[in-house]
Amino acid sequence: MNAVTPSVVDDLRTVLGADRVRTGSTELGLYRRDASNIEGSAGVVCFPETTHEVREVVRVAGRHGVPFVARGSGTGLAGGATPIGGAIVVVLTRMNHVLSVDPVNRLAWVEPGVLNLDLSRAVAHLGLHFAPDPSSQQSCSIGGNVANNSGGPHCLADGVTSAHVLAVEVVLPDGDVVVLGGEGGEGDGLDLRGAFVGSEGMCGIATRICVRLTQNPSDVRTMLFDFDTVEDGARTVSAIIAAGMVPAALEMMDRLCVQAVEAYIHAGLPTEAAAVLLVEVAGPPHGVADDERRIVEIARTHRCRTVRVAQDEAERALLWKGRKTAFGAVARIKPNYYLHDTVVPRRALPAVLEQVYEIADRHGILVMNVFHAGDGNLHPLLVFDKREPGMMEKVHAAGDEIVRVSVAAGGVLSGEHGIGLEKRDLMPLMFGPADLAAQAALRSAFDTTGLANPTKVLPSPAGCGDSHHLPEGAWI
Amino acid sequence: MDLTGFAAAVGPDGPVTIAGLSTRGGAVAGVRCVSAPSGIEWIQADEMTVRCGAGTPIDELAAALAEHGQRTVLPDGGTVGGALAVGRSGIRRLGDGAMRDALLQAVYVGADGAIVTAGGPTVKNVSGFDVCRLLVGSWGTLGFLGDVILRTRPIAPHSQWFARDTSAPLETFAAVHRPVSVLWDGSRVHVLLEGHRLDVADQAARAGLRESAAPPMPPSPRARHLFAPSAVVGVTASLEPGTFLAELGLGVVHAAPDALPAREPDPGVAAIEHRMKARFDPAGRLNPGVAPGAGAASAGTHP
Ligand SMILES: Cc1cc2nc3c(=O)[nH]c(=O)nc-3n(C[C@H](O)[C@H](O)[C@H](O)COP(=O)(O)OP(=O)(O)OC[C@H]3O[C@@H](n4cnc5c(N)ncnc54)[C@H](O)[C@@H]3O)c2cc1C
Repeated sequence: MNAVTPSVVDDLRTVLGADRVRTGSTELGLYRRDASNIEGSAGVVCFPETTHEVREVVRVAGRHGVPFVARGSGTGLAGGATPIGGAIVVVLTRMNHVLSVDPVNRLAWVEPGVLNLDLSRAVAHLGLHFAPDPSSQQSCSIGGNVANNSGGPHCLADGVTSAHVLAVEVVLPDGDVVVLGGEGGEGDGLDLRGAFVGSEGMCGIATRICVRLTQNPSDVRTMLFDFDTVEDGARTVSAIIAAGMVPAALEMMDRLCVQAVEAYIHAGLPTEAAAVLLVEVAGPPHGVADDERRIVEIARTHRCRTVRVAQDEAERALLWKGRKTAFGAVARIKPNYYLHDTVVPRRALPAVLEQVYEIADRHGILVMNVFHAGDGNLHPLLVFDKREPGMMEKVHAAGDEIVRVSVAAGGVLSGEHGIGLEKRDLMPLMFGPADLAAQAALRSAFDTTGLANPTKVLPSPAGCGDSHHLPEGAWI
Repeated sequence: MDLTGFAAAVGPDGPVTIAGLSTRGGAVAGVRCVSAPSGIEWIQADEMTVRCGAGTPIDELAAALAEHGQRTVLPDGGTVGGALAVGRSGIRRLGDGAMRDALLQAVYVGADGAIVTAGGPTVKNVSGFDVCRLLVGSWGTLGFLGDVILRTRPIAPHSQWFARDTSAPLETFAAVHRPVSVLWDGSRVHVLLEGHRLDVADQAARAGLRESAAPPMPPSPRARHLFAPSAVVGVTASLEPGTFLAELGLGVVHAAPDALPAREPDPGVAAIEHRMKARFDPAGRLNPGVAPGAGAASAGTHP
């Protein structure tokens, strides 16, 4: 693969004009990483505004044999949008229009740079919303959601991004433009739409996306329970599911996290509890009332200390604020954090959390847990000060162990953040050579050039010990 | 589950086909035929997951899950592997979501006879490329499913079909909250509602619906025609009421094969499919001659 040369920049400027092709040190510095700790290097940064322009940019990359990286808002946590080896960064934030909304059939065509929450706001007057709601929804793009198959608290009942993407217009790495899937959502032929969702920018660039919109529920009830042990909280989660209910959301915070959040937002959260469970049920009124009653009963059976049911929209917003500002709250304790993302079977939650505490303890790092308990999606948050000598090594070692115990418990490497560079070399924990070869085949059927965001997700065939391609700040 | 035996039966070379209960077309004629392992390995009701052989009859799986108050979103009849390979949800897709989203992990035998794992065992997972999505609807042309882990769902406390005679089916469609199915036959709209009994009754009353039986499918031979959802009421206007059944919101029209125009496949998409097949099965030995989705009439518009 080649590096960006002045003639690459010239060709890009012919397509986009000088203004939207940047090589200044500010831009190159800004776009050399995403929200992870992993830094790469950008060769040139460009800002296309149409499918045609994206296609021309991709063609320039192809002609010169230079890799390119699609970038939405750069909130990814796995290094997915981090450019490697001076790649062309294709920033999609200027393609931010909601193109059309079909309120009857409840679907919309959007450009990839539309922010997740902006779409829900744009259709709120129709009683609709876009169901995937990552905690980063104020800033992440729908293109990024598609590429990472992102999730959020309300994906427990409604499904992750893939379930809400009907069609995608893609500029393929060879410059072809195709529409994968269709508005009807289940076409003939292979589900290439499904294969594209979650492909972390390695199968082409999404330039238009047709999403399914979801009807807002008429009734919502938000409840907060707290427990003396994490185990009681986790068992409550399993018992709710086993009783045949799928709440709209089922989130858990552990003691340290609740304390940090309470100090930050003063919502009257129970700071002495070992675990706090936030449960939301939504839908028509009778079902919601019934579920609320049964869930409170189940929590009581599992020795919950107190029950708090939000009495109005303001209290509901306050309870959610606690969940959603956990990261801000943490910043008051230590300057740096590292957010992990693994999934374990629900029944393994107590045991794995125990192991997470033990690992963090052993490395002398603070750990807080705030996570999607309903689908077993753990988010251990390591809190530290990176100026302390040797701290980053400890953080990486602890993180590595957390991923390993999760997989060993019957879990997976990532529930929503993706693999990117962060977990690339851990893929062999879950997949053997034949499994990885199938994934590589999928990718290469889309990308015949190998230029779309190379070196991510799939470990190099040399094996997992081969870490010398990873840039500074990466960990394995 | 004897996956090794299954892999050995598929072997590394020579044309080979696979059959379940042959309710969805069955094996390719004149080609050596294998069948997938059958049987339920486990049901984890509190995880809402089940693991079973791809050869397991869907009815058997449904009966076992019903004892836990759960179900899968697979359509009735045939085997689990057959339903996944064909990849067509039943008429509950509007509420249940697409069947392909139910496949969490697949262990399959590839064209070289090797056992391959796609996806993972948990209800949420974004570890690597989504080979599971590719297998659903691939008609056994990329690999033969051996065993699978599926997501389950609770069986709703109450489930009832309703109907209303109307010439404006979209008004009904707009009036109901998260219906499981809304079907239109030209003169009557059929709605399946599920949930709390009182919520179902309230909604039905508000939308002017009366209780009814499930609507019959139009007579055979019939095909599944595809349109943009917004085009469905328009394109079916020329059809005799009762000769078709349209899934509102989803753009699917079940009607006689020649009742509606067919759509040519997009050459760019076909090229990716072609490359996919070439990479997964270079010799073309798995279900030779089968093209995913071929034979189903399809027409429609992308904007
Ligand atoms: C505080 C915080 C909280 C978060 N909470 C959650 C959460 O709850 N759930 C969750 O799932 N994630 C969460 N994330 C992670 C992140 O926000 C999501 O992964 C998000 O979807 C990324 O969107 P983005 O626009 O920032 O993408 P980027 O970071 O810009 O890119 C992410 C990946 O997508 C690719 N990409 C971007 N746009 C396109 C396109 N148009 N076509 C093809 N590929 C493209 C990139 O190449 C890259 O591989 C969180 C992140 C932060 C910082």
